Amino acid sequence: MSAQPPMASPTGFDELLMHAHAGDNYLSGPVRAHYQMISQWLREADVDTLRARREEAELLFRRVGITFAVYGDDDGTERTIPFDIVPRIFPAKEWETLQKGLRQRVQALNCFLHDVYHQQHILKTNILAPEQILQNTQYRPEMQGIDVPLDIYAHIAGIDIVRATHGDEEGAFFVLEDNLRVPSGVSYMIENRKMMMRLFPELFAKHRIAPVEHYPDLLLDTLTQMAPSEKRYSNVVVLTPGVYNSAYFEHAFLAQQMGVELVEGQDLFVEDDVVYMRTTQGPRQVDVIYRRVDDDFLDPEAFREDSTLGPAGLMRAYCAGNVTICNAVGTGIADDKSIYPHVPDMIRFYLSEEPILYNVPTYSCRDPKALSHVLANLADLVVKEVHGAGGYGMLIGPTASKNEIEAFRQQLKANPANYIAQPTLALSTCPTFVGAGVAPRHIDLRPFVLSGQEIRLVSGGLTRVALKEGSLIVNSSQGGGTKDTWILE
Amino acid sequence: MLSRTADHLYWMSRYTERAENTARMLDVSYQMSLLPQSDQAATAAWRAMLEISELSEDFATKYSAVTPANVLSFMTQDMDNPSSIMQCLRAARENARAVRGAMTTDLWETVNTTWLDAQRQVGQGLLKIAPTAFFEWVKFRSHQTRGVHIGTMMRDEVYHFIALGTFVERADNIARLLDVKFLAAKEHTGDTLAHVEEFYFWAAILRSLSAFENYRKVYRNVITPERVAELLILRWQNPRSLAACLVQVVDLLHKVRNSQSGATELEARSILAELRDLEIHEILERGVHEYLTAFIARISVLSANISHNFLLPLEPESDLTA
Repeated sequence: MSAQPPMASPTGFDELLMHAHAGDNYLSGPVRAHYQMISQWLREADVDTLRARREEAELLFRRVGITFAVYGDDDGTERTIPFDIVPRIFPAKEWETLQKGLRQRVQALNCFLHDVYHQQHILKTNILAPEQILQNTQYRPEMQGIDVPLDIYAHIAGIDIVRATHGDEEGAFFVLEDNLRVPSGVSYMIENRKMMMRLFPELFAKHRIAPVEHYPDLLLDTLTQMAPSEKRYSNVVVLTPGVYNSAYFEHAFLAQQMGVELVEGQDLFVEDDVVYMRTTQGPRQVDVIYRRVDDDFLDPEAFREDSTLGPAGLMRAYCAGNVTICNAVGTGIADDKSIYPHVPDMIRFYLSEEPILYNVPTYSCRDPKALSHVLANLADLVVKEVHGAGGYGMLIGPTASKNEIEAFRQQLKANPANYIAQPTLALSTCPTFVGAGVAPRHIDLRPFVLSGQEIRLVSGGLTRVALKEGSLIVNSSQGGGTKDTWILE
Repeated sequence: MLSRTADHLYWMSRYTERAENTARMLDVSYQMSLLPQSDQAATAAWRAMLEISELSEDFATKYSAVTPANVLSFMTQDMDNPSSIMQCLRAARENARAVRGAMTTDLWETVNTTWLDAQRQVGQGLLKIAPTAFFEWVKFRSHQTRGVHIGTMMRDEVYHFIALGTFVERADNIARLLDVKFLAAKEHTGDTLAHVEEFYFWAAILRSLSAFENYRKVYRNVITPERVAELLILRWQNPRSLAACLVQVVDLLHKVRNSQSGATELEARSILAELRDLEIHEILERGVHEYLTAFIARISVLSANISHNFLLPLEPESDLTA
């Protein structure tokens, strides 16, 4: 009944080099075919020029206002996420495999969500115990039996992918996390591309790189398909917590690119189970809400009473079928870390297919056997809270001090079901421009998968990079940066 | 358009316009302070700057003496003063950021860059080295913002609310400036004013409103207070006159009208009709100060009604049935 842990741990993989070499110069070894051109460019480029370009990028990001507020910073300083000028590259064939795997995974996750909130077939198998779902705080009983358009719950999914060598398979794709609530970062995918085209147009002339800028178009089309009733024109809006949210730039960016209103909770009200927005010409009905507000804050009547981020009565309107919320309420039950180990079995169960992408071997600490193994090997494992995000509330055994490990041990013992553990995964490395030149740094990838009448994704994603040498944490809140991601055609 | 969006756009342009007018007023005060004059007259001029914006009390809580350096600092970079140029530029940018998706990228980047560059300039101490250069810069950034607005934005509600903010604010600021300057002329110079001094006094006011050349063009005659008042209050052809502002406000209110804005539009028309009917000697007989005080009060009521009709969330009940 518990997930099947540990196969052999995956090992390191470099995106650029064919094999690790001992030389001082990272770029001097044999290079993979799809990195030939970039590698040559990096060898020939002068460090000062590259540094100047990176500074130019920082200035441009500020002018465009691609900044985020840092929680707890009162002085209102806004920061930019560091941008690395060396792109991360996929050959067409690798991307083909990856996107097939992503489609398969997201399709299964949507089947799972529909099943959980309707017949619950999966709870009658030995894949998942009913209490794992029904007692999970991410399960929303309000959604039980509610029909949503096209039976789709996760319209926008951001699946975190890392690469590592797995047995004979070099650079195999592992899913680190499924983000099915309000995944962010897609604006950086688009802005990073714009920045690269502006800074290094010559590179684009030499490569055939798949474009990504049509993402907002696909998103709008997906959202429009979700309108509750056939109308000539559906009113789609983006719901943001407001200008102080760290992802505010992205909310404004997507609303602008789609040409729809960016609304806050105070702009909406519900009357007779219909949602309206307040305009200069009076109330106007809203059909689809692309919400970037968590479930808990969506409706003070249904969830947290103190929330002003969503209008009172939204859930009534939603359950009455007068408005569609994207992503649906209750998707958190499918991307919860305690559910993650079971996704491969979901794929087998709902699609009768073998999973294309690997899961990272995972110990569910709710299982006593797994727990004792984890407690005995804390120094070698990464332990995460099942509901945690953003790189907080986790233990990275190999880099933690003895005291930190002991403190974490107590927390873990007190509430084992709240944790999962994974071997420290050797995230792949990619050439990155650092102060002194180009050096390998660990990266991950978040592609964005859109589910409507069909499942679509643009050829690209957001590559995050841990800028500190040896670091495995790519989160922007903890010293991570981003890169442009190229899919070669 | 969302009421909240309209509110942010309207205030973005009000703050941009206010920053520009404050820079204009400070510039003229600073330049006049370089002319030979009595200490008493100089202090009075700086005090008047504070009175224009109703800031004398706030100033007194922070500074002990009305000196040029203190007033300049308070009115340009003091972040405790909500009307300082820097606070206005920040507020314009924050309002723009809240609705950046509603405007063209060009307009957003212009407003954002103004704020980023202003911080840099203040950080480098430009205000102390060359205040005039800073005021000029603020004025030209405002010109640029307006130019980008006119040159890139769709002629729709978004465009109109941005313009509405500009002209409501400008009408208010010009009326305040004229009020203080005419009072100063009466109290501190009066009949004893030598011709040369009088020339510089009124010429500076005209220049602060970019109206010196316009004056020459219209009157082709010596500068007198009566004509200055006429040009800046009644001449609708002069873009920085009260009449010109009201022509715009009336037109814009007509374009954005909704089911409850009728009375507001009517009131704007009535203010404009009065400006059209009056002769300058009637205003002078009534008293410039009395006239302008009443005008400022009417603009303030108009502004409150604009907020009420368009910008504050409309009550659901009142409109669903309409």
